[in-house]
Amino acid sequence: MDIIKINNVGFGYSYIDEDSNKTMKTETLKNINLNIETGEFVAILGHNGSGKSTLAKIMNALLLPDSGEALIIGLNPSNESNIFEIRRNVGMVFQNPDNQIIATIVEEDVAFGPENLSIPPDKIRPRVDSALKNVGMENFALANPAYLSGGQKQRVAIAGVLAMKPKCIIFDESTAMLDPNGRKEVLDTAIKLNKEDKITIILITHFMDEATLADRVIVVNDGQAVMGGPPKSIFSQINELKALSLDVPQITELAYLLSEKGLNINTDILTIEEMVGALCNYN
Amino acid sequence: MNFNITIGQYYPTDSILHRLDPRVKLAASLSFIIIVCLIDNGFGYAISAAFIAAAVWASNVPVKLMLRGMKSIFFFIVFTFTVNIFLIPGGNILFNLGPVKISAEALNTALLMTARLSIMIFASSLLTLTSSPIQLTDAIEYYLAPFKKIGVPSHQIAMMMTITLRFIPTLIDELDKIVRAQKARGADLDTGGAFKKAKALIPILVPLFLSSFRRADELATAMEARCYRGDIERTKMKQMKFGMQDLYAGIIFICICSCIIMANFIF
Ligand SMILES: Nc1ncnc2c1ncn2[C@@H]1O[C@H](COP(=O)(O)OP(=O)(O)OP(=O)(O)O)[C@@H](O)[C@H]1O
Ligand SMILES: [Mg+2]
Repeated sequence: MDIIKINNVGFGYSYIDEDSNKTMKTETLKNINLNIETGEFVAILGHNGSGKSTLAKIMNALLLPDSGEALIIGLNPSNESNIFEIRRNVGMVFQNPDNQIIATIVEEDVAFGPENLSIPPDKIRPRVDSALKNVGMENFALANPAYLSGGQKQRVAIAGVLAMKPKCIIFDESTAMLDPNGRKEVLDTAIKLNKEDKITIILITHFMDEATLADRVIVVNDGQAVMGGPPKSIFSQINELKALSLDVPQITELAYLLSEKGLNINTDILTIEEMVGALCNYN
Repeated sequence: MNFNITIGQYYPTDSILHRLDPRVKLAASLSFIIIVCLIDNGFGYAISAAFIAAAVWASNVPVKLMLRGMKSIFFFIVFTFTVNIFLIPGGNILFNLGPVKISAEALNTALLMTARLSIMIFASSLLTLTSSPIQLTDAIEYYLAPFKKIGVPSHQIAMMMTITLRFIPTLIDELDKIVRAQKARGADLDTGGAFKKAKALIPILVPLFLSSFRRADELATAMEARCYRGDIERTKMKQMKFGMQDLYAGIIFICICSCIIMANFIF
C-alpha cells in the first residue's frame, strides 16, 4: 500500500513582482508524480532550490497543492478536517535543531506533540519516556536542550515526532548542520526506526553516502521527479546525475573513473567494502 | 562583552520547594515582595530575612550559584545604597566628612532600600530557580484564565513566555557570534562616546533581528507540523496538583506574613 501518493501536483509560492506590482506565483512544483510505499526508506536528492522542502511540506499538509492531488495515508489534505490526522501521522524533522525545539526541558519538548493531540496526561508520560529511550536520550530527559550537542538536539526533535506515534517521518536535511558524529547519530536512529519500528522514512539530503543507505532514491529537479530507483541503479548513472548538478558517492566516482581508464570494474559500487571486494577479485 | 546571565534560570534538583505547586510559589513570592515593599520596620525585615534564608536552605540550590546569578544586580543594590546615603537630607548628623554629611535618616532609608531590594531579588530568584519555565508559565496561564472571557489571550501569553525563555540562550550565542564577526570586520564597539557606541550597535542588532524573524518563521512551521492549534483541546503532561504539602506551605507562609505585618504595627 502507498502511504503517500503525489499525482500531478503543482505548487507555487505567491510573491509580488517588483516591476508590475502584481502578485505572481513561482513554479516550484510542476506536475510532480511520486508514490511512497508503507515501510519504505526513501532518499530524495536534488540541488538547492529544486523543490525538495516544498515537496516535504506538501507531504505533511503544511502546504496544500495548487493543482493535482495528494493522498497521504489515504487522506486528501484539501479537506480541512484531514489536516490534523495527516500531521499526526507524518512527522517532520527540520534542518536547524535550534528552531524546532519549543520547551526548555527535553521531556517537556517531547510532550509538546502529544499534548496537541489531546492525549490524556497519564498517557503522555509513557509515550515521552519510550520516545526518549528509542533515540537513546533517556538520560537527558531533564536537561536544557540549549546545552546539548547538535546531534543530541536532533535526536530530541526526533523523539518529539515519535511521541506522536507517526507512521512516517520526513527528515528535511536534518543532518546538514551536524558534524560527522551527529550525522551518524541521526542516521542510525532513522535506520533503526525504519527497521525495528517499521516507520516509513523519507530522507531529504545533500549527502550522497546517506542516500546509499535507502531502499530507493528519488531525484527531484526543477519541481519534477526525474529519476527513481534503487541506489545502485541511480548512482551508476554518473553522467545523468552530474547533468542535474548532483554528486555521486566518492567511491562510486572512483569506480567510474577506473572503468573509464579501461579497468573492467562495475560502476554501481557504493561502499568501500564493495570496492575492496571488487579490486581483490579483480582479474 | 560578557553575556553570562543565570538569573531566571531553573536549577533542576529535588527539594521541598521544587515539589511545591508553582501556583502556590508564584502567589507566595508575589505577595511576599509586596509585603516587603510595604513594611518599614527592623523586626519585620529580620523575620523576612530569616524566612528567605530558611527557604534558600530548603531549596537545595547552592548559595554560591544563586549569588553568582545576582552579580549584575549587586551593582544596582550598591548604587541604590550609595545614592540614598549621600543624597537624603536629615537633621541628625552621624558623620561629617567635610561637605558630605550622613544623617541617621539617610542611613535608615539606605538600609531599608537595600534590605527591600535584596529580599525581593532573593524571593524572585528562588521562584525561578525552583520552578521550570513551563511550570511558571502554566501558573501564569492559570491565573490569567479567568480573564479569557474578557479577551485576554492567556494561553498565547504563556506560550510566548515559554518560547522567549527557550530562545534566550540561543539568541545570546548568536549575539556573541555577530559581535565577533563584526569585530573581525573591523567594527569598533568599545570606544567613543555614548552616541558613537549606540551607532555601533546598529550592525549588530540588524542581523540579530533578521535572524530572529527567520527563526520565528521556522519555529512556527515546526510547531504546526507537530499539530499545534493554539489551546484547542490541548492537554498537559505535567498537571499542576494542589496537594497537602501545598496546603501546609500555604499555611506556614500566611503565618509568617502575619508575623511580619504585626511586627510592623507593634514596634
Ligand atoms: N516561502 C517562500 N516564498 C517564496 N519562494 C520560496 C519560498 N520557499 C521556497 N521558495 C522558492 O521555491 C524554490 C524551491 O524551494 P525549496 O525550499 O523547496 O528547495 P529545496 O530543494 O528544499 O532547496 P534546498 O536544497 O536549498 O533546501 C526555491 O527557488 C525557493 O527560492
Ligand atoms: Mg530544503
